[in-house]
Amino acid sequence: MIRRFLQAGVVALLLMQSVALAATSPRSGITYAGADVRALQADDFANPGMLWVARGEKLWSTPAGRNNKACASCHQEAASSMKGVAARYPRIDTATGKVINIEGRINTCRERNQAADPLQYESEELLALTAYVAHQSRGMPVAVVADAANRPHLERGREIYYRRQGQMNLACVNCHEQNAGRKLLAETISEGHGNAYPAYRLEWQATGSLHRRLRACYFGVRAVMPAFGSDELLDLELYLARRATGLTVETPGVRR
Amino acid sequence: MIARIQVPATAKRGEVISIRVAIQHPMETGFRFDVNGRAVPKNVINSLIVRYNDAEIFRAEMGSGVAANPSLQFFTLARDSGELVFQWVDDAGQRGEERVQLAVTGP
Repeated sequence: MIRRFLQAGVVALLLMQSVALAATSPRSGITYAGADVRALQADDFANPGMLWVARGEKLWSTPAGRNNKACASCHQEAASSMKGVAARYPRIDTATGKVINIEGRINTCRERNQAADPLQYESEELLALTAYVAHQSRGMPVAVVADAANRPHLERGREIYYRRQGQMNLACVNCHEQNAGRKLLAETISEGHGNAYPAYRLEWQATGSLHRRLRACYFGVRAVMPAFGSDELLDLELYLARRATGLTVETPGVRR
Repeated sequence: MIARIQVPATAKRGEVISIRVAIQHPMETGFRFDVNGRAVPKNVINSLIVRYNDAEIFRAEMGSGVAANPSLQFFTLARDSGELVFQWVDDAGQRGEERVQLAVTGP
């Protein structure tokens, strides 16, 4: 009996330790991947996500909307004007006071400045532009700071992260912290950081947004999937970005 | 169709150079069914031809077994400065073309 208590205590300590380690030194999802996937991400030509980046580069200088302006008309060279932007997102949009991610920022810019229709979430065009913009921050440390404006959203994101849900009754934390590094069927569970998104997933055979990936997790625990770009996913994205402090932007990442 | 081509900008005459091609394409196998149970028609890039100064140097005939966004690599001998023309077509009849200049130096 005493021995069983001791064993339980050791397990509890190990779990606490893994949580503490995850909080202090986050590990990127790519470090959990096999050598072939790591090589695919590291090679800028072989990385299929770069096809979306290449398309985004073309779209960047293609005029759109009734004002006949391209992104480049105002922002000029993305290499300098967009450098570090993805590392600071999601942010609070000062005009609306809502959380906004890169996808949302691109669409806001289209509506306000280009007088163009917003691109549909997860459309090829929006993915390409998002990947291109985020790619300009590759290698830069994720730097989302907590302030008075975004604190309620960070808190809500944190709440979602720790909330058990779905028929499986699982929270994000149950897999991505308490069991990170262990196996789920044939997959190694990562810490669930979003620093590589939009990323090319071999399972999708395409590049997808972080919201698509998060929805896949909701589906996995058999919970109701929030809509793309919904407040719930934006708050969660904000919390995940804050949680990924210490990692660098990897867009376009390659994941299984 | 977005494609990326990797050819060295310059090469020495007689040098063996590596050429890489990546094309964004779903490479639909024809074995899948959509949510309504209808078969998704096969649509793959069935042919890719590369010409170097009008001479064919590489040809690939692809089928259902090739993954989405195919990436190919081959080697060729740098003979003369000139143009490499990449042309491909898929089952839906959509064509793509890219042209890349290669500068060959030396005797």
